[in-house]
Amino acid sequence: MKKYIDTGKKDTRSGFGVGLLEAGRADSRVVALTADLKGSLKMDAFAAEFPERFIQCGIAEANMVGAAAGLAITGKIPFIGSFAEFVTGRVYDQVRQEVSYGKANVKIASSHAGITLGEDGATHQTMEDMALMRALPEMVVINPCDFNQTKNATIAAAKYVGPVYLRFGRPSVPNFTPENEEFVIGKAQILNEGKDVTIVACGHLVWEALQAAEILEAEGICAEVINMATVKPLDEAAILDSAVKTKAIVVAEEHNMAGGLGEAVAGLLARALPTPVEFVNGKDLFGQSGTPSALMAAYGLDAQHIAEAAKKAIARK
Amino acid sequence: MKGIWRKKCIFVGIRNFTLSDMYSNDQLQEVSTQVRRDILRMVCAAKSGHPGGSMSSTDILTTLYFNVMKQDPATWTRDGKGQDMFILSAGHMTPVYYSVLARAGYFPASELATFRTFGARLQGHPSIRKSLPGIFQASGSLGQGLSAACGLALGKKLDKDDNFVFCLCGDGESEEGQIWEAGMFAVFHKLDNLIAMTDWNGKQIDGPVAEVAGEGDLAEKWTAWGWNTIVAEGHDFDSIKKAFELAKAGKGSGKPTMILFKTEMGHGVDFMAGTHKWHGSVPKPEQLEDALKQLGETSLGDF
Repeated sequence: MKKYIDTGKKDTRSGFGVGLLEAGRADSRVVALTADLKGSLKMDAFAAEFPERFIQCGIAEANMVGAAAGLAITGKIPFIGSFAEFVTGRVYDQVRQEVSYGKANVKIASSHAGITLGEDGATHQTMEDMALMRALPEMVVINPCDFNQTKNATIAAAKYVGPVYLRFGRPSVPNFTPENEEFVIGKAQILNEGKDVTIVACGHLVWEALQAAEILEAEGICAEVINMATVKPLDEAAILDSAVKTKAIVVAEEHNMAGGLGEAVAGLLARALPTPVEFVNGKDLFGQSGTPSALMAAYGLDAQHIAEAAKKAIARK
Repeated sequence: MKGIWRKKCIFVGIRNFTLSDMYSNDQLQEVSTQVRRDILRMVCAAKSGHPGGSMSSTDILTTLYFNVMKQDPATWTRDGKGQDMFILSAGHMTPVYYSVLARAGYFPASELATFRTFGARLQGHPSIRKSLPGIFQASGSLGQGLSAACGLALGKKLDKDDNFVFCLCGDGESEEGQIWEAGMFAVFHKLDNLIAMTDWNGKQIDGPVAEVAGEGDLAEKWTAWGWNTIVAEGHDFDSIKKAFELAKAGKGSGKPTMILFKTEMGHGVDFMAGTHKWHGSVPKPEQLEDALKQLGETSLGDF
């Protein structure tokens, strides 16, 4: 199978920070807002270079969403940044009314998403955020797989006209996609071609999917690995083309079952091409304190579990 | 540029107001009376809507759009560049908002007849999805508009656009915490181009504010929050004009301004005035007839 090299672990939120700075240099309309999490959101470089375009909102996320919408109306391209739970669940009505319904060109930079937020525990870990954002009409939902892709997705989000939910994480993870590859919203990436089973993954689970494909290859199973970095709009053609070929799907995400990538894929297949689907996700659970890697293993969000799910899917063919 | 009175509408043209160039109180009263007629007729035609608060803020919004705001209805764009902007944070007051916009020339007054009907641009609460000129942002979920207004004001500062952003809130709405988040933000970011107004009518759906949530003295609260705070009589055009004059003079002070307009829900019609009952209730046909008789006709004419 195609080999991917980890060029050195980096956190995806740092990819956002670099992407934000680049986007800010390319377009003077880009502004950044945070709710007392400038360092965590890696906005320091942007704030240092463009102090008048960095807006500290304090611990008042609801107001931040509305203010960003107002800035967007005047023609700015605002990125708002906080922990994922606090820019989704906490301010859901605000995002819905001001950004979605109000068609404001706001980019929600959602950091520390998923269980890998780690030690802070479940009040801060969200495994429901993609469900909430997917439910909003026209919201673009992106979960890039590594530092490089997060940087490039940030740049793409700035250019896209319309609300974007960009979800990334806290810990350092393998960095394996090309440094300056243009991110195309809505286009899945076939990371490895295969014929026996399809593994669709997003975010931190993409590297795990590639490791799972290696495990399966050693057992004579050829897995197609798809990086579904854009969760909404889903690249339906990519999924259907693959399903026709392999006839067995696994969907892996750092998110619970309800309303996530897995249900999005399953919904598509149920409508268009009924296919056995196995799911690797947080099921219906809250997170808890722990290191990111301990939590990933404990909640079954790793290569081992993806490989097992792949074999189950194949058995259902 | 003074308004030219015609039979069915007021010609507004390009409004670049200086404070010496004002409509007389009689002229403003005539517009206000017509707006109140529009409000009641719209709500009755739709069999739903919010007349009470619309009528308490009628004189405020009439003065704002006909005397104060720098605007050009014919060339209006949502980004508001080079113009004053307005957010109706108390989004349910669409009857007064739409009537004032129509009478100011943003769209034909005849369109007021479509209020709240399927396919209409005049949605129950302000929408930006129907291409209705004059609407800068959707609103209706209370407590959010002041934040949007802060964003507009900040955008203008970044663009070195010297114009004002206005925002109308309700006093019941001011029970929402986000209003106070926006209040803190505006002071911290020195948004002295932001002029907010509260329709201080003392009423909300479940009764008088004092009996429902008891938010106390708003003047003390906004002053404590760091705003330039003005208290004015919301049905006295001299008081309203003076309030806006003082508010605009706040530009350069580094502080946003809140004008608390003391008003009466349902003002203008005797059986509606002073009670909370008409927040979202529709007059019966005979009540409408009575109300219109009390208000009297104007030279602007009904839609």
